[in-house]
Amino acid sequence: MAEAAIELIGINKSFGAVRANRDIHLAVKKGTIHGIVGENGAGKSTLMSILYGFYQADSGEIRVNGKPTRIATPNDAIAAGIGMVHQHFMLVHNFTVVENVILGVEGEPLLRSSIAKARSELQRLEREYGLEVDPDAVIETLPVGLQQRVEILKALYRGAETLILDEPTGVLTPAEADHLFRILRQLKEQGKTVVLITHKLREIMAVTDNVSVMRQGTMVATRKTAETTVGELAELMVGRRVLLRVEKGEANPGDFKLVVEDLTVRDTRGVTMVDDVSFGVRAGEIVGIAGVAGNGQSELIEAIAGIRAAVSGSVLLDGKPIDVTGKADPGELRERGLAHVPEDRHHVGLVLAFEENENSILGYHDQQKYLNGAFLDIPAIRKDAEDKVIKYDIRPADIRLKTANFSGGNQQKIVLAREMEQDPDVLIVGQPTRGVDVGAIEFIHRRLIEMRDLGKAVLLVSVELDEIRSLSDRILVMFDGRIVGERGPDATEGELGLLMAGVEAKEAAE
Amino acid sequence: MSAPYAKLPRWADYGLIPLINLIVAFLVAGLVVLLVGENPFDAAVILIKGALGGGQNIAYTLYYATNFIFTGLAVAIAFHCSLFNIGGEGQAYVGGLGLSIVCLAFDGIFPWWINFPLAIVASALFGALWALIPAYLQAKRGSHIVITTIMFNFIAASLMVYLLVGPLKPFHSQAPQTRDFLPGGQLPKLGFIFEWMGMRVRTAPFNVSFLLALVASVFVWLLVWRTRFGYELRTMGFSADAARYAGINEARTIIITMMISGGLAGLMATNVIMGDQHHMALDFASGAGFVGIAVALMGRSHPFGIIPAAILFGMLYQGGADLSFEMPEISRDMIVIIQGLVILFAGALEHMFRPAIQAIFASLSPRSVGVEAKAGRGS
Repeated sequence: MAEAAIELIGINKSFGAVRANRDIHLAVKKGTIHGIVGENGAGKSTLMSILYGFYQADSGEIRVNGKPTRIATPNDAIAAGIGMVHQHFMLVHNFTVVENVILGVEGEPLLRSSIAKARSELQRLEREYGLEVDPDAVIETLPVGLQQRVEILKALYRGAETLILDEPTGVLTPAEADHLFRILRQLKEQGKTVVLITHKLREIMAVTDNVSVMRQGTMVATRKTAETTVGELAELMVGRRVLLRVEKGEANPGDFKLVVEDLTVRDTRGVTMVDDVSFGVRAGEIVGIAGVAGNGQSELIEAIAGIRAAVSGSVLLDGKPIDVTGKADPGELRERGLAHVPEDRHHVGLVLAFEENENSILGYHDQQKYLNGAFLDIPAIRKDAEDKVIKYDIRPADIRLKTANFSGGNQQKIVLAREMEQDPDVLIVGQPTRGVDVGAIEFIHRRLIEMRDLGKAVLLVSVELDEIRSLSDRILVMFDGRIVGERGPDATEGELGLLMAGVEAKEAAE
Repeated sequence: MSAPYAKLPRWADYGLIPLINLIVAFLVAGLVVLLVGENPFDAAVILIKGALGGGQNIAYTLYYATNFIFTGLAVAIAFHCSLFNIGGEGQAYVGGLGLSIVCLAFDGIFPWWINFPLAIVASALFGALWALIPAYLQAKRGSHIVITTIMFNFIAASLMVYLLVGPLKPFHSQAPQTRDFLPGGQLPKLGFIFEWMGMRVRTAPFNVSFLLALVASVFVWLLVWRTRFGYELRTMGFSADAARYAGINEARTIIITMMISGGLAGLMATNVIMGDQHHMALDFASGAGFVGIAVALMGRSHPFGIIPAAILFGMLYQGGADLSFEMPEISRDMIVIIQGLVILFAGALEHMFRPAIQAIFASLSPRSVGVEAKAGRGS
């Protein structure tokens, strides 16, 4: 057996009464890619934060290359040769690549010599690992895939022998993800060790050598990737059998409930994010919009939902226009039967500091059934929240609990319950399962199909291609603010991936 | 990255932590007293006796506290909408103008109990209008409310100087103030309450506007936590994005909240002018608008925290006056230093001792500390 690069022995960590990590044992062999999977809240991030020195374990030991090592701060981790690539990049946007790489390890007051040193080191890393990036490019001008590469370079520049990647493919196109995996394999060949945290089981199967599964703070199993299956891993994660495909019948589309015509939306900087987009959604069908994050999907649904003003174009809700270029009032749209599950439930869909029952009326708080004159009808609101908690199996079933204390999946259920129970004609759903555990995903998907079968028009935006493919009756692909193709639900991942990367669009332009 | 915030029991959150902050503030203040060569223990005794040592002292303390309740509520309600209203001082000042117009016009015509409601409306309205302009600029033009409300304090001060040395000053008078109000413009004192209890209050200005302050506290509590508008303003306060998503009219919410805030500050004038001085003098607000910020911070922007915090600051004012009288080494400025220390520890450094206290609570009994169900919030 090869030597372990990282060994965690009996790690325990509690936050208050919650035991985030319980007696975790993990050995990552040198020169391998080791995957860690688990639902949200299973304790993966906590474990990695302990390894990287953000948290201190309550008990247990960390061994690096066989030697017991105390890691109290990220600096200790870096000194021990551990590097981390965060899910949300920690880069200074208006700095160049080389400036970001030396950030914090400048060495001396004047930058000149350290920049020169970093430049030659970057060239070496580029040669060895195929990590090509222009050292003088400013970060904000780089696509996400390259920004991630800068994060990897930062870790390697600091002498990382072991690289932890936290959900690295969330923001990447399938092609960019493939490129990342090639880089990871190259790192492995050069003797580096990689720990890959993800909830995407197919990535685990594609790239890792070993995989460990976490559930509810414990390490439930470690397998050789070659000897396991997606089904087995999913079962280990959830603790029961999981339906990976959503079962659904044929769609029975009716009339067009939502029609978008020539819609153009700019962001606050004046950049055109949605460029002359037209499509329609009929009653009783789910239309999925696929695309890499940042290609205008967010702005599109915000404009339809009346949160963001469009520059031009029109939207018809049930045949009647919405004033999308002027002041569409989200409250009024709700009354007209448009419900919206926003992409960002933390800042938009919910007020995390509110009690659960207060969030269960957000946006519907001016409906008469929740009011008593100018006063809130608190008993009615709480009764209503109790009903939803039961119907949507929101846990813990405590409507007075602060919303921030619910898990991601349960927070999302609070939003879905609120929007679906209003019995809308049109439901716009953004990233319904982002940061949501597998068990809840299944539930949410079933509810979305139910809404469709009840004859609702559902517009689904997701960066999870699997989700789009398994739920949608029609798939629209967005790239660079435009809809570059429409496909049926049987479109292959490769076909959609090319569209998402804008390949066909570019060819058409040439 | 620090350990995630665990919840503390309510009594620790609202009682223990403010108490510890207060004790530390007084310890540091004690060092300052030591530095000027006085005995800090003697000073503390004089301060507390001065604030609570008899009917008159308590009545004065509550008189000051009345001012701070109004201005504290004003700051607090704006806080709930994540607006920092530093203009309480100016709004109170201009509120006094509204009140004085009513009193000067009607004090010879109506008895106090008719003029009082009119004065309440007028002072709140003038305070609200003085807050309206910064609110409008924030809501529609994005001018930061902190800057504009500060500026409006200066504008209010200048405006009042003009009015009090000009149009509002009686002919022949040399003092920059209005004429004295007739009994119709004077509020009854509440000193008889203490006299019933056998204490002497002499001429302490404790008056019925204290009851108005208590009513205003209940009003703020109801408004913020029990009405649709309060729901909207709290949503705005926590997340402007969520408010937009919920169809809440951002500009309208900002403007109404600020006007209520200004109105509450304006009500302070009832206490000082109708309740005590019986004329409007230059600079009658004398900093109460700013003390309101500290009171709101210390009271956690909750009306039922603001009342005790206001009483505490009332004690500092009243006890401090006695202290500077009895210990000549300790000037009024020293009292300001002590107040400043209380503000520093209770307000600005509010969370300084929190992690340590949390750790103690967590180690004593994990169950007492409400837990975050979301375990893996790392990185």
